[in-house]
Amino acid sequence: MSWEWSVIWEYFPKLLDGAWLTLELVAISGILGLVIAVPMALMRASDNMAIKALPYAYIFFFRGTPLLVQIFLIYYGASQFDAVKASALWPILREPYWCAIIAFSLNTAAYGAEMIRGAIQAVPKGEIEAAMALGMSKFQTIKRIILRRAAGIVLPGYSNEVLLMLKSSALASTITLLDLTGMARTIIARTYTPLEMFFAAGMVYLAMAAVLILCFRLLERRLNKYQFAKRPI
Amino acid sequence: MKKLIATAVMLAACATAPFAMAGDKVRIATEGAYAPFNMMDNQGNLIGFDVEIAEALCAEMKADCEIVAQDWDGIIPGLRARKYDAIIASMSITDERLRVVDFSEKYYANVLAFVAPKGTAFETTKAALKGKTIGAQRATISGQYLEDNFGDIVNVKLYDTQDNAYLDLASGRLDGIMSDKFPAYDWLRTADGEGFEFKGEDFDINDEIAIAVRKGDKLAGKFSEAIKAIRANGKYAEINAKYFPFDIY
Repeated sequence: MSWEWSVIWEYFPKLLDGAWLTLELVAISGILGLVIAVPMALMRASDNMAIKALPYAYIFFFRGTPLLVQIFLIYYGASQFDAVKASALWPILREPYWCAIIAFSLNTAAYGAEMIRGAIQAVPKGEIEAAMALGMSKFQTIKRIILRRAAGIVLPGYSNEVLLMLKSSALASTITLLDLTGMARTIIARTYTPLEMFFAAGMVYLAMAAVLILCFRLLERRLNKYQFAKRPI
Repeated sequence: MKKLIATAVMLAACATAPFAMAGDKVRIATEGAYAPFNMMDNQGNLIGFDVEIAEALCAEMKADCEIVAQDWDGIIPGLRARKYDAIIASMSITDERLRVVDFSEKYYANVLAFVAPKGTAFETTKAALKGKTIGAQRATISGQYLEDNFGDIVNVKLYDTQDNAYLDLASGRLDGIMSDKFPAYDWLRTADGEGFEFKGEDFDINDEIAIAVRKGDKLAGKFSEAIKAIRANGKYAEINAKYFPFDIY
């Protein structure tokens, strides 16, 4: 077996193009996912069955089916219906880029919602009672106390979800997107150097993960300042 | 003693294992998943162009043949391990394969072609294709040809399987696909492929499909002669006509 470093250098710029698309997918879906997850989590934490039902079903479906299946259903499945192709949504659903973003956002929102729900319920009762005693409205309490505290609690777990999504985004290559994995596979089909290319792609993933981990670390220092304070004794 | 018996049993088993027999018995492997060249019918029997050609060649060589199914990934290792003596499975002659096996003369030639919806203007010149979205299967000769020759002007989309490319052609995401011509011809005759047709001229890339045998095996020459013979006596044309209305040699 021979190892060709030169192939890695030659195709590295292309891999970086792919890495850029991967970052784009993860960033956009990450933000959209969070936007969906927060209200879902609040509804899910409700005691009212009617409010709880929808997020419950949504979370159940997206956590219970493989991401690959979700991507295929959205990309290949939706396009089977003429009604979809005639609708105003088709310009969006036509593009693999948006199909990937829809699938990733909905998927990560389901996991995120469940984590945030847990964090919301973990906010100490006393703090909520204190807020109410101070005369805050329900909305003010949610905004100032519950979500603020839940954010600090959920953060370490949420960083896991974002890292998992970074790696799951490789599935975008199955719907023709040339993300980092898609690009590596396309190069391999030509150069027959799977070990070198997957090694290089793996290193780029690792670098991206390192940056994300650092970001979360900094965010955690900010949101959970009290944990980093010097202990008195 | 027990060990000795076990060893003896194993040796005996090996001796009677399905190794290629000496004499005229020829074992031939095919894949069984590449319609219409080699596939299984409802009863699990191997059928298709490759299978019928194999039978005709055996008849011509007056050899006693047996055709077995073997997954594509392991088809060359199986040949080298003497599980069978020849591969007749629409295999292209490539430099990589020539390093490990010998090939007969070709028994048909693969060409590439564009497929697009019926009734659309689809000229296969570079100028006319500019800006179109064209699909192909990843890691195939058609995918590479598309990238090499049209990659700078068309938007190339690569799919994991040919079926996914067909799905996207049907959904309208693709303006056309580039594919091996003969399997695509078969798809065009199915209900799913009804609304599509070949566009423009075929691309002849000198892709020869031949029979693989072990390095140095004289079978290669025998097969080559048999191919010539069935070409000459009309047997080949008869089988060809069952699958395609044009000569694929």
